[in-house]
Amino acid sequence: MTDTTADRPGAIDARPVRHPGRWVAVAVIGVLVAMLVNSFVTNERWDWAYTFQIMQQKSVINGLWMGTILGTVIAMAIGVVLGVVLAIMRMSENPVLRGVSFVYTWFFRAIPRYVLLSLFAVGFGYLYLNKFDVGIPFSSIHFATIDYSAWSSTVLIGGIALGLSEAAYMAEIARAGILSVDRGQAEAAQALGMAPGKTMRRIVLPQAMRVIVPPTGNETIAMVKDTSLFIAANITIELYYQATFFGSRAFKIMPGLMAATLWYLIVCTILMLGQSWLERYFGRGYGPTPKATKQKLTEIGADH
Amino acid sequence: MPATSDAPLVHAVNVTKSFHGNEVLKGIDLDVRTGEVVVLLGPSGSGKTTFLRCINQLETIDGGRIWVDGDLMGYDDRGGTLHRLTDKRIAAQRRDIGMCFQRFNLFPHKTVLENVVEAPVQVKGVDRRTAEARAHELLEQVGLQDKPAAYPSQLSGGQQQRVAIARALAMEPKLMLFDEPTSALDPELVGEVLKVMRDLAQKGMTMIVVTHEMGFAREVADRVVFMDGGVVVEEGPPGQVIGNPQHGRTRAFLSRMRQEEQAHAQAVTEAVSAGVAALDDAPKEP
Ligand SMILES: Nc1ncnc2c1ncn2[C@@H]1O[C@H](COP(=O)(O)OP(=O)(O)OP(=O)(O)O)[C@@H](O)[C@H]1O
Ligand SMILES: [Mg+2]
Repeated sequence: MTDTTADRPGAIDARPVRHPGRWVAVAVIGVLVAMLVNSFVTNERWDWAYTFQIMQQKSVINGLWMGTILGTVIAMAIGVVLGVVLAIMRMSENPVLRGVSFVYTWFFRAIPRYVLLSLFAVGFGYLYLNKFDVGIPFSSIHFATIDYSAWSSTVLIGGIALGLSEAAYMAEIARAGILSVDRGQAEAAQALGMAPGKTMRRIVLPQAMRVIVPPTGNETIAMVKDTSLFIAANITIELYYQATFFGSRAFKIMPGLMAATLWYLIVCTILMLGQSWLERYFGRGYGPTPKATKQKLTEIGADH
Repeated sequence: MPATSDAPLVHAVNVTKSFHGNEVLKGIDLDVRTGEVVVLLGPSGSGKTTFLRCINQLETIDGGRIWVDGDLMGYDDRGGTLHRLTDKRIAAQRRDIGMCFQRFNLFPHKTVLENVVEAPVQVKGVDRRTAEARAHELLEQVGLQDKPAAYPSQLSGGQQQRVAIARALAMEPKLMLFDEPTSALDPELVGEVLKVMRDLAQKGMTMIVVTHEMGFAREVADRVVFMDGGVVVEEGPPGQVIGNPQHGRTRAFLSRMRQEEQAHAQAVTEAVSAGVAALDDAPKEP
């Protein structure tokens, strides 16, 4: 190399592009944060100490576990299973099954959850105050009598009502997932002699999961929040009711609301983490090797 | 049809099939004896894939009959009246017929070993340990004994197709159907798949192979069947059909194939020499 440095360009020393908008945004956000902090400090009605106390109340924790979380689990279990069944029915060659699935979805998507909850608890309770006969309609054949009033305002009924509603939405999600799996997959399984049901369970659905899991995670998080509607069915074992009830008894309205808010934040954060784990689990065998993926994720984690 | 010892393994008579009024198969007759290797040739759209799929009932036929090993495929013949079989019974009929697809169709969420073990365990009820031992043997047979834990996405196309062959063989089929098993592969990977298929033919497997690989047809096939426009135009030993075709359509197809092969070979040669030249021109590290 005989070139002199004089006639060859050297290191770049340029002025960066200016971003005045960013500074404006920082200033605006700074003012808003300062207002919030100011309110926290100067308005003793926030009463954070009492907020944390409410969060740890036995009745509140019980409401969280036995109402909010249990209700979400029941609703999502029913929603996912029934939703997959509805999706398979919707794609079936049997026109009766297709029709049933369509009508179901149409009905439950049209009914607000608040209305559905009161319908299930209050409405059915009104119809069958304390005896609900299980048998063959318009005949004298009769299997059992259920005392509905003992059930109408339980988390089980609330979970069932929300789950039936959820199934209508999960059906669409499951259908999109099933359709996303290449037809060649089912054909390969069939060519190996696998019957249609098993092909669906072992080959198609596990692959559809990759598409089904992310929106199902969102649905679960939404469901956690929708359990706060339980009061429509007079279900009081539930986080929001318990926290605000405890707060208002002591005239601590905002601490009661903040106790519920913080618990919802915690639960939903955990669910979001769980969702990203599930996405990785059902994404195995696609794209980069699991090891490389893990490494990449730690790298991303280290960045933050 | 009575299942006598000299009956063909595959006996297809006057098979017709239409898609939305478009008749794709117009009366195909084909017999394949046990141990025979039949290569199906024909231009694009002539119905080769459709016919293979009819044999194992991935498509239902509109007319004619197909028997495999004496079983009428898809129907129960009760005194001259055909009754459609249930999906379960059709699935059972497919167990003895292996199929390899152009695009492999391995199960991407399962490892190589799980792919091979899946059908014996889930369909035949073989216990997992026995199935795994057999799977390892089959993977060795296709030259992939070191890949049982890999996922399909980590394999080359040629490796994936060999896994697909092992997966089909795991069901101990009496008949193997191959639909252009090498046409989705890079040229340098074709040979490894053809070698596995050649070994399989030598072991006496009955095979129906759709392929454009003329070398394979000439060397391995017992019989070549040329299809065009949904009918069998001509069939016979490879030396006759490929070497001395009787029909104009066969001759036209074969000469087109030869031109393509030559053009392809030339393109490869040019690409290689261009690559070598590029390497020569590249600045050397000091
Ligand atoms: N599911 C289907 N629906 C409608 N038409 C179809 C379907 N499958 C195949 N066909 C048509 O049937 C004809 C024959 O197709 P087929 O795939 O059997 O041909 P092929 O001989 O395998 O051709 P290639 O060499 O391109 O694979 C084509 O015209 C194709 O468009
Ligand atoms: Mg084809």
